[in-house]
Order: sequence, then C-alpha cells, then structure tokens
Amino acid sequence: MNQSTQDLFEQALDRREVKGRSLYVDAWHRLRRNKAALTGMALLLIIVLLVIIGPMLNPWDHEIPDWDHYSTPPSLDTGHLMGTDALGRDLFERVMVGGRVSLLVGLIATLVSLLIGVTYGAVAGYLGGRIDNIMMRAVDAIYALPFMFFVILLMVVFGRNIFLIFVAIGAVNWLDMARIVRGQTLSLKNKDFIEAARASGASERSIVLRHIIPNLLGVVVVYVSLTIPQVILVESFLSFLGLGVQEPLTSWGALVNEGAQELETAPWSLLFPALFLAITLFAFNFIGDGLRDALDPRDR
Amino acid sequence: MVSSLLKIDDLRVHFEIKTGARWFKPETEIVRAVDGISFSLKAAETLGIVGESGCGKSTLARAILGLVRPTGGRIVWMGESLHDLTEDQMRGKRKELQMIFQDPLGSLDPRMTVGQIVGEPLKNFFPSMSRLQIRERVAGMLKMVGLLPEQINRYPHEFSGGQCQRIGIARALIVNPRLVVCDEPVSALDVSIQAQIINLLKDLQKKLRLSLIFIAHDLSVVRHVSDRVLIMYLGKIMELADRDTIYHHPRHPYTRALIQSVPIPDPEAERLRTRTTLGGELPSPANPPSGCVFRTRCPHAIDACAKQVPALEAVSNEDEENSGRHQVACIRQQELNN
Repeated sequence: MNQSTQDLFEQALDRREVKGRSLYVDAWHRLRRNKAALTGMALLLIIVLLVIIGPMLNPWDHEIPDWDHYSTPPSLDTGHLMGTDALGRDLFERVMVGGRVSLLVGLIATLVSLLIGVTYGAVAGYLGGRIDNIMMRAVDAIYALPFMFFVILLMVVFGRNIFLIFVAIGAVNWLDMARIVRGQTLSLKNKDFIEAARASGASERSIVLRHIIPNLLGVVVVYVSLTIPQVILVESFLSFLGLGVQEPLTSWGALVNEGAQELETAPWSLLFPALFLAITLFAFNFIGDGLRDALDPRDR
Repeated sequence: MVSSLLKIDDLRVHFEIKTGARWFKPETEIVRAVDGISFSLKAAETLGIVGESGCGKSTLARAILGLVRPTGGRIVWMGESLHDLTEDQMRGKRKELQMIFQDPLGSLDPRMTVGQIVGEPLKNFFPSMSRLQIRERVAGMLKMVGLLPEQINRYPHEFSGGQCQRIGIARALIVNPRLVVCDEPVSALDVSIQAQIINLLKDLQKKLRLSLIFIAHDLSVVRHVSDRVLIMYLGKIMELADRDTIYHHPRHPYTRALIQSVPIPDPEAERLRTRTTLGGELPSPANPPSGCVFRTRCPHAIDACAKQVPALEAVSNEDEENSGRHQVACIRQQELNN
C-alpha cells in the first residue's frame, strides 16, 4: 500500500491510545474548566439535596402552624431556622416544599416541551416542503394565542389543579423548542453525511433516529438548561397572580407573593424564598451558558 | 461486445426552482442540471467525468445512485431499469452501487465512531449479522484501506483529511459493491495525499474488480485513473472517448481548451506553447443558450451553432478498432479537425 513513512509513524504513535474521545467527552472536559458552570452545578446539587432531604430532618410541618410563634424572625432558639410566616408556619419547611414543587414544574414542563418539540421540529425540518410549511404555520398560530389568556381559560374550564400548570406551560414552551430543532434539522439534512447514510442504505426513520437526533442533542441540551429556569419563573409568575399552586401547598413563586405582602412586618418571609429562587435561576443559566460554550467552542 | 454493467440512456435531471415569491402563483424556473446524458460502463472499467463546477457532474452521480429522481431517461443496471424501482427496492440496490463523497470530514457523522460509520452499511444491508461479525469485517476493511484496526473506536474529528477519505472509501467498499461513484474524492486534499488516495483506489479496484465512475475537475488526476473520459458542459456531453484519444486527439473545442489549460511542469515548454483561453462565464443551466450550449464561449462558433443542437456522433475517420468509441457533439468537428 502506498503510504508515506510519516503517516505510518503517526499511526504507530497512536497505537497505544485505542479509545477515542467523543465530542461529548471533549465537551465535558471543556465544561469542567468553566468556573461559573461548575459553581452553578454545585449550587444546584446542594439545593436539590436540601429540597429532598431538608423536610425529612426538619421537625415542623408545612401545613400545621406553630401556635406559639406567629411571624417570628429566624432564630435557633425557637427552632425556626428561617422564622415563621403570619400564620405561624415554619418558613424553612415551606421553602423546601415549595422548592420541590418549583423544581418539579420546571423539570416536567421542560420534559413535555422537549418530547413534543424535538419530534415535531425534527419531523417538520426533515420532511420539509409543504408538510413543513403547514406544521410551522400551526406553530405560528398557537404562538399568537396570549399565554395568560390561555392559562386563565384552562383554569376556568378545568378548575385549579397543579397538573394543569404542567400542561399549560409545557404546551406553550414546546413551540420554541420545535422552531429551534426545525432550524437545526434543516441545516443538518443538507450535510454530506446524511446523503452518505442514505447511500449506505439507511431508511428515512433510521436517518432521523441515528443521525439527525444525536446531532441535535447539543443544541437541545443547551436549550433545556435555559428552559427550566424560564419555566420556574413562569410558574412563580402564575402563583404570584394567584393562578398557580394552591394553599396549603406552595411554591417559590407563591412564597415570594406572600412574603411581598408582609415585607414591612416580616422581611425574612420574602428574603428566603426569593434567595432560593434567584440562586436556582442563576445556577441554571450559568450551566446553560457553560454547556453552550463547551459543546460548540467555535461559536462564541 | 461485452455486455455493459451500467447503461445510461438520455438521462435528464431537472430541478424546479421558485423565483417569484408570489403566494398563489409562484413563478418557477427549470434548472437543467443533467440534460440528456447517455453512456455505458463495463465491469472493472473506469470512466472519468470532467467538467467545470456547476456543469451537473455531482447531480449525475447522485442520480445514478437514486439519491435524486431523474426527470427523464433510463438508468439500466445489470439489465434492470432502476427507474421503475420503489424507494425500498432502490435501497437494496445500493448494496451494489456505492459512493465516495467530496468532503472527507463532512461525509462522516461527527457523533459516530469509525467502527459505527464503516459498519453502518453492513447493519443496513445485512441485519442478521452479529455485532462481532460486523466488527471483524470493519477491522479487516480498515486494514485494507491503510488504517489501523486499533483506530476503530476513534471519532472522525481525530483524523486528518486523507485518513477521513480512507474511512469514506472503507464505508463504500465494505458491502462489496460492483460500482463505486467517486464524486471528486480528492479535490479537498493536499496534492501529496491526493496521490496516496488515488493509488489506493486503483489498487483496490484491481483487487476487487470494481467499476469506477471518477468525477473530477482536475484533468491530470482523471488521466491517471480513467480508461475512458467523458467531458461535460452545462448538463450535456461534449466529448466521450478513450483516455489517450481525449488527451492526444481532442476534437471538441471545449475539450481542447480544457487540455490546453493544464499546466506543463516544464517552464520552457510552458512558455513556448500557444493556448486559447476561454472567455466569459458558465451560462446559467436555468437559461441555457439555444443550439449548442457551448457556443457562447466557443472560439469557432458560427450562426448555425445557435440554431441546431449538435448530436453526439461517433467520429468515423479513425482506425477500425476504435470506431464508435470516440463521440463528439459539435456540428463543425469535421471541418475543424481536417
């Protein structure tokens, strides 16, 4: 075989390292060098653990008031680490329980929008032409619906229900995901390797599953990490307006709402939920930014 | 005469392009990327296809593999017309017809390892093969194209351009195809690597008795690999002949201009020769000139060229053995060459 000695030399050197580094492994190594993203991940981990374990260690219940302490500031003596609210309920317990709800809403609504959005966008982008046109005009039409109007309508028809919040937020958020995924698919499907896959006998289905979707993953991961905080914020907004989670259950948004009303008498009841909400949002955004840089180092 | 492996008869691939963005009555234009191409190819033969960028070479390649649907004409593969096949049947035929792409890195999925890339055709065509069998075949194939089997778990971005093209070749050959269409396989590579890849292709062709359709815009590369050469211009055949005939006795004015544009690696000779350079640009295939498509840039064009589409005709005045093998599409070829 005709081969230059240099080529052989290069290959001989490579002989030791058998395992290749995938683009994801590369990205992980870059992400690990990103301080902000690492801090974000650490903070998020702490918050998630706290939210899961905290209520188990805390003696107070989020529904039952402590009849002796109404609106008390944080103190170790009373055992209320973050004080109590106007009804005498332990704020630490409520912030933790509210955190569970907020994070869960963020996660589930994002998953819903991920599933619908990726499939819808990939199909529209890959098939293209008239089908793509019809599918994307439908997205535009749904986009035109005012979100708040849509939520209020749902609440009126089906009654207040936490499950409805998941549905409502997910049903709106997949639109963005579908648009992003479609755009990405359009640029992917003209790549040579898709043509090559077709030439090597791949069916349309396996092209979408084996080639298009894995190559979309980078963009999708970034978008997901930025959608979760957005969804948490939307839920907070809904709860703030009184459309979200109902008493005695709570969420960070609902807690901020309550706290804002007692700002003058009990500032701690605004401070703590707001702090947790803000830290979580920051953490997610830092992770998202870090992921974007790590997955596509050229695109800065 | 030996029966041909591939026979292409008056192949046309036209694309409709929307020009006016009107809502209800979109204005369309027809781009004639491939417009009436006919040729045949024998087993173990190499046909070089040469032409400028945008003359329809790549579209012709993709049409042969059924990656674009021809608008008209017939492609007959081992006596079977590919035009009548369904998408599924066509997929099965690609076991025998494979392709090597122009962009070495771009034609490899960045998220897959070399093993997965080269093994993909096996997975698609032989679903019953076990993972271990596929791995063994892939390792053997990698060795054959001059890569190390140890590199099977590497990703494409870890390879150089020449190595990527070797991976592309391995992927094309792993299903034992009869014909490989090479769409400018070396134009993205360094000259030294080009030689390696071309020699590799020639070696493999001899070993596996492959037929090759070798598309390029570099005449010296084509000369090195081809048995016959087809000159294309704006979707049509200008000249088709054996390699030596094309290079030593070109008859079409376009072929002559192309051959004269090849630099001679001897400054003395380079200075002495006279050359006719072509002026102007390649006309748009959406709006080709009437009559002979080359007439707008041809130094010998006369009024008759605009009126009559020249047919591809065999050159008669050569020795008996080669008669019919040299075809030219030019109405003035007799007077210009005598």
